[in-house]
Amino acid sequence: MAQDAEAIRLFDGRILRRATADSFVKLNPVSLMRNPVIFVTEIVALLVAVLGARNLVSGEPAAFALAIAAGLWLTVLFATFAEAVAEGRGRARAESLRRARSDAMAKVLLRPDDRALFKPTPASTLERGELVLVEAGDLIPSDGEVVEGVASVNESAVTGESAPVIREAGGDRSAVTGGTLVVSDWLVVRITAEPGSTFLDRMIGLVEGASRRKTPNEIALDILLAGLTIIFLIAVVTLVGLARYSGTVLGVPVLCALLVTLIPTTIGGLLSAIGIAGMDRLVRFNVVATSGRAVEAAGDVDTLLLDKTGTITFGNRMAAGLYPVPGIEERSLAEAAVLASLGDGTPEGRSILAYVRDRHGIAPDEPDDARTVPFSANTRLSGLDAGGRAWRKGAVDSVLALTGGAAPAAFTAAADRIARSGGTPLAVAVDGQLFGAIELKDIVKPGIRERFAALRRMGIRTVMITGDNPVTAAAIASEAGVDDFLAQATPQDKLGYIRRVQAEGRLVAMCGDGTNDAPALAQADVGVAMQSGTQAAREAGNMVDLDSDPTKLIEVAEIGKQLLITRGSLTTFSIANDVSKYFAILPAIFVATYPELQALNVMHLTSPQSAILSAVIFNAFIIVALVPLALRGVRFAPMGAAQLLRRNLLIYGLGGLVAPFAGIKLIDVILTALGFA
Amino acid sequence: MTMIGWGQSLLTLTLVFACAFPLGRYVARVMSGDRSVLSPVLRPVEHGLYVLAGVNPTRGMGWRGYALALLMLNAAHFLLLYAMLRLQYWLPFNPQGFAGMSPRLALNTAMSFVTNTNWQAYAGESAASNGAQMFGLTVHNFLSAATGIAAAAAISRAFAAGNVQALGNFWADLVRATLYILLPLTLVVSVALLAMGVPETLAASAEATTLEGAKQVIALGPVAFQEAIKLLGTNGGGFFNANSAHPFENPTALSNLLENLSLLLIPFSLAIAFGHWVNDRKQGVALLCVMALLLLAFASAAYAAEAAGNPLLHALGVAGGNMEGKEVRFGIAASSLFAASTTATSTGAVIAMHDSLTPLGGLVCLFLMQLGEVVPGGDGSGLYGMLVFALLAVFVAGLMVGRTPEYLGKKVQAREVKLAMLAVLVLPLSILGGTAISLVTASGLGSLSNAGPHGLSQMLYAWTSATANNGSAFAGLSADTDLLDYGLALAMFLGRFAFLVPVLALAGSLAAKPKLPTGAGTFPTHGPLFVGLLIGVILILGGLQFLPALSLGPIAEHFAMLAGKTF
Repeated sequence: MAQDAEAIRLFDGRILRRATADSFVKLNPVSLMRNPVIFVTEIVALLVAVLGARNLVSGEPAAFALAIAAGLWLTVLFATFAEAVAEGRGRARAESLRRARSDAMAKVLLRPDDRALFKPTPASTLERGELVLVEAGDLIPSDGEVVEGVASVNESAVTGESAPVIREAGGDRSAVTGGTLVVSDWLVVRITAEPGSTFLDRMIGLVEGASRRKTPNEIALDILLAGLTIIFLIAVVTLVGLARYSGTVLGVPVLCALLVTLIPTTIGGLLSAIGIAGMDRLVRFNVVATSGRAVEAAGDVDTLLLDKTGTITFGNRMAAGLYPVPGIEERSLAEAAVLASLGDGTPEGRSILAYVRDRHGIAPDEPDDARTVPFSANTRLSGLDAGGRAWRKGAVDSVLALTGGAAPAAFTAAADRIARSGGTPLAVAVDGQLFGAIELKDIVKPGIRERFAALRRMGIRTVMITGDNPVTAAAIASEAGVDDFLAQATPQDKLGYIRRVQAEGRLVAMCGDGTNDAPALAQADVGVAMQSGTQAAREAGNMVDLDSDPTKLIEVAEIGKQLLITRGSLTTFSIANDVSKYFAILPAIFVATYPELQALNVMHLTSPQSAILSAVIFNAFIIVALVPLALRGVRFAPMGAAQLLRRNLLIYGLGGLVAPFAGIKLIDVILTALGFA
Repeated sequence: MTMIGWGQSLLTLTLVFACAFPLGRYVARVMSGDRSVLSPVLRPVEHGLYVLAGVNPTRGMGWRGYALALLMLNAAHFLLLYAMLRLQYWLPFNPQGFAGMSPRLALNTAMSFVTNTNWQAYAGESAASNGAQMFGLTVHNFLSAATGIAAAAAISRAFAAGNVQALGNFWADLVRATLYILLPLTLVVSVALLAMGVPETLAASAEATTLEGAKQVIALGPVAFQEAIKLLGTNGGGFFNANSAHPFENPTALSNLLENLSLLLIPFSLAIAFGHWVNDRKQGVALLCVMALLLLAFASAAYAAEAAGNPLLHALGVAGGNMEGKEVRFGIAASSLFAASTTATSTGAVIAMHDSLTPLGGLVCLFLMQLGEVVPGGDGSGLYGMLVFALLAVFVAGLMVGRTPEYLGKKVQAREVKLAMLAVLVLPLSILGGTAISLVTASGLGSLSNAGPHGLSQMLYAWTSATANNGSAFAGLSADTDLLDYGLALAMFLGRFAFLVPVLALAGSLAAKPKLPTGAGTFPTHGPLFVGLLIGVILILGGLQFLPALSLGPIAEHFAMLAGKTF
């Protein structure tokens, strides 16, 4: 799916055609009522159209009213179009998912212990709790938990990753997703989803925008927009009385034009598209949120709980230094370390070879009659025998037991220092003589420190969660540059930590995969469950990461922020637009009574008609012009709130103030050139 | 415009800001019940009052309780004042023997003083007895100002703490605002005014012989004390009909400086007090800067317009600025600053006839009131009005930093936006609705004394002034009619209480929210960026809706004047 996702261009021809058709369907006032600003626009557009048509029939001048009606209808259509395009993109993504939804027959077991006895049942009618058998070549019919068997499963339909994964009963790899394919062996799966509400179904619903509910911020914004609409309604309706006193009878089309250009149609028209697109961006990152609310919460998060292993560090210990005993050259120690590790296939052993090759340029060269001495629990040593010599490496006390003597003070000091800083010292001996120590440590991923610094600038604290002892944890924490850490963390500790931080008023995001992570995932404001995790974890979180990559938490927070920024920027832009429209329309409508008010016509628009029309047309086209921005989201770079505000206020606040002056003038010039003025 | 003119204005404003900082700190302390320099004297009085009234000052009230107490007190006082005005003929201290006011006028006047408006549809010295002035009107000058300060303190407390229900105790707030803030300041200012020649007597009038030998009766009364609280309480109801233009209310340039200072003092101080209340002084300074910059800009515009004068008169050979309706002893600069100050606060006292201002000068007055009286606004009402705008500004632009908007650690969500919008809606509804109705009915048109755009301005001014609880007027409008007495009383009621109740509900909602810690990701609400943003939001959300109406009034009049057209 990831591949499909990337392939959808911003303006795909098929999506646009479908969206154009949909934008007419969406004119249905019942569904448009959800959006107060555009609903008012539609009512007003209808009114003007009816008046224009009446004039046309009765032979009165109708061209101006009809032109305004056309402009107003365009405004409504562009708004519904914006939503339709956003939904269309989601739908295109959902189609690839839908193909995976299995309509095949599921093999429902009649007796749990008898795999031979099953009844073919349509997958869509499977009830929760039923046991089904899935064999090689079968699609898994619905979400469930493996209760018996081990199999490799191709989950590319959901994750886009084509390498099969192992699914087995018990442990953290027991969850299976409907629509994925069993490649080998068999599984007995207990169905955990109600019919029609599988993970895949929910994903389809969400990306299509069908099951979209307004998020808290959207509701608040809707109230603001509705309030502004009422304010401008009052201003326009009362203007009738004021104008009558002044000797101007204002026509309904003109009043309607004034009203629609003043109410915040731009943000009103784009609001739902922005929300759908935000969800879409998340999906493109292979993260599925269970609600728009969760995406919004991701932007608010100011504390990230990150597992050390796999997120901050590579997760296995690697060679990071050589410390020879006095009297031994570092190069001799390096050579000895290589030989002692030649037969060691563990990641630690391979990392020693790589380290020595990189640092000392020594390539492993196996002696002819070499014999590998494997690690044994008895001696706790491993190494190589060749030509009568013996190279050994192992835990410090095991090697010291072998060499039999007291270690030099320098060696003991080095070993202690390594242990204190969170690493593991290994000792190396050649023919019973101690050569020195190798430092193994958990290597922090390159670049992670810079990312944490960027997060800090955005006001997000990072907290490392680890099972290590506090000393090791502190060392890694300071190396990675996290703000806090939780050492020797049990699931209860995590839960307690989250509650404590939340009590301070912070919002917490974390990711997890195991069943024992479920309570913490549920408690966190944003809980990202790994697709590879257990069903319990997936149910508890409010997002699922299909790539099972815990570092994604950082991108998730950024996407949440980008969504909110896009919404705020376009709101500011929309409200700032109003200033210019007054200057276009006010002098035009009062030209008969107070020709002196032409002094306010700072744009020097050709005629009153062209001025009003230009404002209406600008107001409609700005919606379409901003659709790409609404879908893509405004550019986001991690920086502090003050900087972000300055930048966005300059672009969207000041830009919103100035841009329409140019836009309206341009449209007026075109209208004049076309002879409409 | 002259250097002396600018010097006068800047001196006045500099003195205001110099006083606002220490006074703001003092206000914050006494409203929190902390000790202050006046405690030794006033503590016993304060406690005596609590004992007498059976009030426990430490008992916190939720927003509903607070609003209920506030509304009940104001309702009771409204009825009392109404009765006093109706019955003044039979009440003591009526040496002139004034008859009781008509029901219509008494209702309008009572509403006017309870709402801190002090719209005067009557002439003070010829319709209200000394008793009514002292015990009715002056008492309400204190009460309505103290009500505003109490409400401002209540909403400030909502920002200061997290997860609380109580906004404070209304009775304690009222007593403290009166006893520690309004009374001492009034005493100081009134004594200073006495020294400058303002009378304070119970005698009805003095008789004088003019230069021509004619006998003249000059009305007197307890002027100085009422003058002081009229300004400090941002009330504006003058003892005399000519208000602060009357030599007995405002005799000299020095007294005028003091009066201009007095009316700006408490509203600006409350911005500083806000910073102390929320434990972040920069926040208060930011609000003060917004208020100060807007006032400065508008006052300068008014001065420029008045100094430029009327080209139609210039053509007739009358050189110079617009002196029509101005006192020669004050001049153009002081009159312009006072006009801007009195409309920027909800005072409404005048030293020049606003009706005679140039169209742009009148526009400044109208617009400052239409912004909702927030730069700096009335005692208390200015601060809570400004906070409503601050919340809206934070909500509109706050999303731009990628977080759910928060102001001072309080999230601004659907309920807050709803209440803020409810409050803000009152202004256009009452101002534009009232004006439109008055201009299409015969009764309303009959009140006008001018034709053309100036007539529209007169009517717009009346509804604006009443709704914004200002009380100043474009003289010439006959306001004592059924439509205007009842209609403007309703406007004053809406402007005060239909704004205040949502604000208190907002305070309740904010108080109950947790106070979030601030960090690098938090929207910064101090500093020049926020000041600029808030100014923009006030002008666009608060002001733009009135532009169509204004363009048919003062703006049309201005351009017509430039074009040499009269009506």
